[in-house]
Amino acid sequence: MEQAIQFLGDNLTMVYLLVFASYLGMEIISKVPTVLHTPLMSGANAVSGVVIIGAIILIRQADPTDFVVMILGVLGIILATINVVGGYAVTDRMLEMFKKRKKS
Amino acid sequence: MSTTTIILNYTYLISIVLFIIGLKKLSHPDTAKNGNLIAASGMGLAILASLIYPIEGANNNYVWIIIAMIIGGGIGFVVAKKVKMTAMPEMVSLFNGLGGASTMLISFVEFYNYPIAESPLNGQMITTVFALFVGSISFTGSMVAYGKLQGFLRDSLVLPFPQFINMALLILVVGLSVFTLIQPELNFNYVIILLALSLIYGVTFVTPIGGGDMPVVISLLNSFTGIGAALAGLIYGNQVMIFGGILVGAAGIILTILMCNAMNRSIFNVVIGGFSGSGKSSSGDGREEIVKEAMHNDLAIQLKYSQKVIVVPGYGLAVAQAQHTCHELESLLEGEGVDVKYAIHPVAGRMPGHMNVLLAEADVPYPKLLELDDANKEFPSTDIVLVVGANDVVNPAAKEDQGSPIYGMPILDVEQAKNVIVLKRSMNPGYAGIQNPLFFGEKTKMLFGDAKSSIQKLIEEVNNA
Repeated sequence: MEQAIQFLGDNLTMVYLLVFASYLGMEIISKVPTVLHTPLMSGANAVSGVVIIGAIILIRQADPTDFVVMILGVLGIILATINVVGGYAVTDRMLEMFKKRKKS
Repeated sequence: MSTTTIILNYTYLISIVLFIIGLKKLSHPDTAKNGNLIAASGMGLAILASLIYPIEGANNNYVWIIIAMIIGGGIGFVVAKKVKMTAMPEMVSLFNGLGGASTMLISFVEFYNYPIAESPLNGQMITTVFALFVGSISFTGSMVAYGKLQGFLRDSLVLPFPQFINMALLILVVGLSVFTLIQPELNFNYVIILLALSLIYGVTFVTPIGGGDMPVVISLLNSFTGIGAALAGLIYGNQVMIFGGILVGAAGIILTILMCNAMNRSIFNVVIGGFSGSGKSSSGDGREEIVKEAMHNDLAIQLKYSQKVIVVPGYGLAVAQAQHTCHELESLLEGEGVDVKYAIHPVAGRMPGHMNVLLAEADVPYPKLLELDDANKEFPSTDIVLVVGANDVVNPAAKEDQGSPIYGMPILDVEQAKNVIVLKRSMNPGYAGIQNPLFFGEKTKMLFGDAKSSIQKLIEEVNNA
């Protein structure tokens, strides 16, 4: 338990970040018109692919002879990259249509 | 701290700012496209920084990372370019699940790497347990949601006592998590059982929820993936992951609440109550209901000589890919001096904004789209309402029948109009499995068949008339 409290103490800045980011996220989203909910959800989904950075750090620190770590980590990068690239590309396609309509 | 480290830490900060600006810009139609690009460039910058960030004694394994990113990027790009607009909601769910799976894998490896002889009771491991759980639910839950929207998992797949199973699983997971953490040494077998239970929980969590509620569930799972990414960020002390993850977590929750509000239900009601099971039985035997069928040529003439027509699109429009044909009919009627508008229910289709995206694809002018309240004001002065593949969002049971599972949900009150024409393939109830008394209404006529071919026939008849 002490270690857990210690962890919270050591990561105070992170906890601050957590609290303010939650508030900011809610503020940004609450002002979105219904029309943009699907693209926004898709865009937000792409952002949640930041977990790729975790996978990259994991592989960079990994021992290349440890196959379990390498296979799972590489798989983690692949899946997260699909999420990121696919997410942004799909969002872009949805928004392309909004743009075309605006011009016409 | 070396200069490189400092520069890269500030690069992370720039990425975070780009995420915020991107999401902010995504909330206005004019700037949305730029916003997405800005958010994407923030991600690119963050990935670049994480690749060159100095890590002491790291093996780097760049070859592996680059290969993995090329594979993932290639798959993601091709799939995103090929997917049909109608399948977007499923796609979002699928991508979301993969993000969750990545979180799950990372936290699993963290357990695997943990020195067995040490007590796992510390902040690092507590966070990792959470990340493992959240990532797993997001993974399997999104896959089930994907399956339900794709149609290969139907609502008829019912688990016995879903609430009981879910509660029992949740207690089991929490109990086992605590038990694993308080052991003097980390027992990896417990972690594997924990992983398995979490994966099962994701399935049992989403399975009992009706297909009509999938948008809400996807939004919720999207939020889970964000929280999972933030937790993983805590493990590595990475600010971009924490910030980006939480931003998405908060966004997903707000979006979920907005969707629930649109249906006048609470998240609790959606997750625990579920549409499933209820209502289906009521559509069986009982009263004889009279259905009037419309004829294409009659309807065409009626349309041509009316003042105002409102189209209510629903999922059927998406399935039949009828948006272009629908726009064609609209332009044709406009040419005849008919005022044609579209009434968009916030939860029409499978996602909020689903219909807007489809109609935008067909170049329907933006001012022609009416939101719920404006549309309801217009109905009393409307001659004909064309309900194209929408069902639950126009179901009068929502305001009349207190026993109905959708009672209280605001609907498009199409019965205020002089005539209602429902384009539908058959008399089957909608996705929520609830019978719709609108179909037997006095003003209602049914036009059976695929939405696209029905509208095509109408166009021909209007041209002939």
